[in-house]
Amino acid sequence: MNWQVMIESLPALAEGALLTLELVAVSGVLGLVLAVPMAMARVSPRGWVKALPMAHIYFFRGTPLLVQIYLVYYGSGQFEAIRTSFLWPYLSEAYWCAIIAFTLNTSAYTAEILRGALQSVPRGEVEAAEAVGMTPALIWRRIRLPRAFRIALPAYSNEVILMLKGSALASTITLMDLTGVARTIIARTYTPMELFLAAGLLYVLLTFMILGGFRLLEKRLNRHLQPR
Amino acid sequence: MDLQGFGAQLAAGTWVTVQLAIVSMACAVILGLLGASAKTAGPAPVRALGTLYTGTVRGLPELLVILLVYFGAANAINAVASMLGYTGYIALSPFMAGVIALAFNYGAYMTEVFRGALATIPAGHREAGLALGMGRARIFRRIVLPQVWRVALPASGNIFLSLIKDTALVSVIGLEDLMRETSVAVGYSKEPFTFYVAAAFIYLGLTALTTLAIHWLERRTTHGMRTLAG
Repeated sequence: MNWQVMIESLPALAEGALLTLELVAVSGVLGLVLAVPMAMARVSPRGWVKALPMAHIYFFRGTPLLVQIYLVYYGSGQFEAIRTSFLWPYLSEAYWCAIIAFTLNTSAYTAEILRGALQSVPRGEVEAAEAVGMTPALIWRRIRLPRAFRIALPAYSNEVILMLKGSALASTITLMDLTGVARTIIARTYTPMELFLAAGLLYVLLTFMILGGFRLLEKRLNRHLQPR
Repeated sequence: MDLQGFGAQLAAGTWVTVQLAIVSMACAVILGLLGASAKTAGPAPVRALGTLYTGTVRGLPELLVILLVYFGAANAINAVASMLGYTGYIALSPFMAGVIALAFNYGAYMTEVFRGALATIPAGHREAGLALGMGRARIFRRIVLPQVWRVALPASGNIFLSLIKDTALVSVIGLEDLMRETSVAVGYSKEPFTFYVAAAFIYLGLTALTTLAIHWLERRTTHGMRTLAG
């Protein structure tokens, strides 16, 4: 085991870890924004409202993330119309392609988690809100969504961890995330064991950080349930 | 969809993907049973090892594990071989590396599934087996396993579905699976969108078929069981 190489590459790996975190954070937030209306449509009693989010969820949960990334990164270039449009500056860049693919992917999983949570908001609470004369929009904002977020939080933390691990695929489209940096240094130094182990340790560290953050958030959101 | 004569190649790649998924899953199941037994019934150091295994592996990206096994394990195997006096070079095929990496990875998930399922078997069942004079191995095979299998099936199905999708990652180390063959077709045709969509739908077909198979197995294993639904 070559400890020298391991220690010398730590700064570069840390920089890669920052990009990894950035990818997860940006696509996580965008994915959540996309998932909320999808989950709301999913619990609608009307078939045509449900159809589009269902197709989206089915496709993105049923195909490999790698295919989705390649589809955005390589696939978008096949069409003249896209290459000449205002979207091209984004779609020709690996960074934005990764963000787009991760966002669409995580939004599908998150929408399903939120749907489950929305369906387990107690019926009586919604009825109580109706009884005091809240409008449907107000009930969504004040009762159903906040309740669903709290119910979904533990399952959502799992999804963020899966997203962190999935973000390693960014390295397959030339991005210098944690895995990308490790692969680049290995190509120069031929020390795969050392670099992959160091990168693995950093991933585990990031996992603990994210789990810790969720524990804090959970405590804060459920503080009304704490014994006083 | 015009596949420009690459259909046969995609079919061949799909077959490799199916083989990889099934072999890896079989190995993950065995690893999971071993891991769960170690974590529930093993002596303290074995238990700690099991906890370390499930704790770290589930925090590592699948791609990283695949790369680690492909580039790292070959080194390790050769180091051991040269210590034993072997002078040649042992290469790890992408298929083998893929099976090892996926089984190692998903074995950790299966360990947790089986651990939960093993806990549902009442101690009285084992004791009844002992009273009848059965050996430990026979009790496991005849009494524990058939019941564990039923409890573990739904969760194992989910894990198998993600494993199928993760087989695509093995194309990164050169396995000629569906993903790789698709990339080859893209290289010739310069039509990435067409071919990656085709690949996506083949994967969708595989996961849909698997879902059907899991439902069928679930119906079969719960045959004659009393359920809450009646």
